Amino acid sequence: MAGSDPQEAPQFLVHRDGDHVGVAVTDLEPGPVKGAVLATNRDISAEVRHAVPLGHKFALADRAAGDDVIEYGVRIGVATAAIARGDYVHVHNLRSARWPQSQSN
Amino acid sequence: MAAESKQLTGFRRPNGAVGIRNRVVILPVDDLSNASCEAIASVVPGTLALPHAYGRLQFGADLDLTFRTLIGTGANPNVAAVLVVGIEPAWTDRVVEGIAATGKPVEGLSIERNGDFRTIEAGARRAAQFLQDASEIARQPVERSEIMLSIKCGESDTTTGLGSSPTTSQVVDRHVAAGGTVLFGETSELTGGEDQIAARCIDDEVRKKFLHLFESYLDRIEREGANLLGSQPTQGNIRGGLSTIEEKAQGNIAKTGTVPVVDALGPAEAPVRQGLNFMDTSSAAAECVTLMAAAGAVVHLFPTGQGNIIGNPIEPVIKLTANPLTARTMSEHIDFDCSGVLRRELTLAEAGDRLMEVMDRTVNGRYTCAEVLGHREFVLTKLYPSA
Repeated sequence: MAGSDPQEAPQFLVHRDGDHVGVAVTDLEPGPVKGAVLATNRDISAEVRHAVPLGHKFALADRAAGDDVIEYGVRIGVATAAIARGDYVHVHNLRSARWPQSQSN
Repeated sequence: MAAESKQLTGFRRPNGAVGIRNRVVILPVDDLSNASCEAIASVVPGTLALPHAYGRLQFGADLDLTFRTLIGTGANPNVAAVLVVGIEPAWTDRVVEGIAATGKPVEGLSIERNGDFRTIEAGARRAAQFLQDASEIARQPVERSEIMLSIKCGESDTTTGLGSSPTTSQVVDRHVAAGGTVLFGETSELTGGEDQIAARCIDDEVRKKFLHLFESYLDRIEREGANLLGSQPTQGNIRGGLSTIEEKAQGNIAKTGTVPVVDALGPAEAPVRQGLNFMDTSSAAAECVTLMAAAGAVVHLFPTGQGNIIGNPIEPVIKLTANPLTARTMSEHIDFDCSGVLRRELTLAEAGDRLMEVMDRTVNGRYTCAEVLGHREFVLTKLYPSA
């Protein structure tokens, strides 16, 4: 078993520096959270505005409706509504760029 | 101990191909022959019937794919011998001849002018002989380069891209470095990342082949014009936090390692080049793994997020998850829990070492969770309606 103290387990992970979203790796309540960037192993912190379940995303940057949303350093879709830093991000405010018909109403 | 140093064992077939299981298969050519195949397998326990839904009035590329899949399944090196049963002799013989090219024991029976009873009796006698003969085939030392690996993920969530896919990537890179061959597919689940795969193709010819397969598949989907939400990504993907096909695709691509893509294959087409091969497949788990097994893959790595439980009758499927909830609530399905990667308790290299060990033990004979639980999803890919 490798080394780090379990207390240092991050609450969220980010694939790359510059990504617009972080991924909760434990269930998050609104408030301050600690995370890490996988590509650079850098520690970061954020403020979550909604409850975010394990595996779900929240915004690390403000996005306007129509803006690209970046994760893994690439576009994973387009914002369908204004997204503020700390907001929960999922199918209610993010859709595919390739398949615009792939969206909820 | 380095995982690479472990002695692997397998079953060497007459054509030199190496399998890790020693199955005697009772293979129906068509849906009508399922009942007699299942009857034969119940008279001779230890043989394996592979019932499926198709094989009648197919034509063109769709028929070619069914033949390629059936022949490839029988030819797979995890299979010691095959009894083929069809309703009439012509298509039955075509499948028999395809499998016979491998040199392994194979025989065909047709039901017309015999009926089920006579077919079952003759089939049971032949199957019993095949099974006794197969029981004498011994495991022998084999090289890692002789083990054909396939990869495909399912019921993905964001933990797939964070943990179980990057862990699989470690094994893909090591397997290819050892001289092995790896298949990946899931054409629609490359969407948004197709340029990343194209950039990894070894030359313009492979790149052109790959992009043509990719765009043709997406054209077929997009022609329907339906709302894909809940289908791609699936409801399970969405529940697990994935929002778009592009996000899902990044998690899929994250399991393909860093090695070049040496070829782009049609569905169930056997690879001819060593290294990482793309295969044009559906992203539905059972269809995809069935096609990869038909191309000759003998062991499968399956990263899952929310907990896809698929198995395959002839190719052992190893499941890993980085989702701690899935690892806890579905432990009987999970061969390797790599959720420690998300907690930073395990580095990716360490997770890769452990997955190599699980794979090597599976190669050497240890049953996977899916094998123990009897998951044998054998699903043919249908390209269009039959005539």
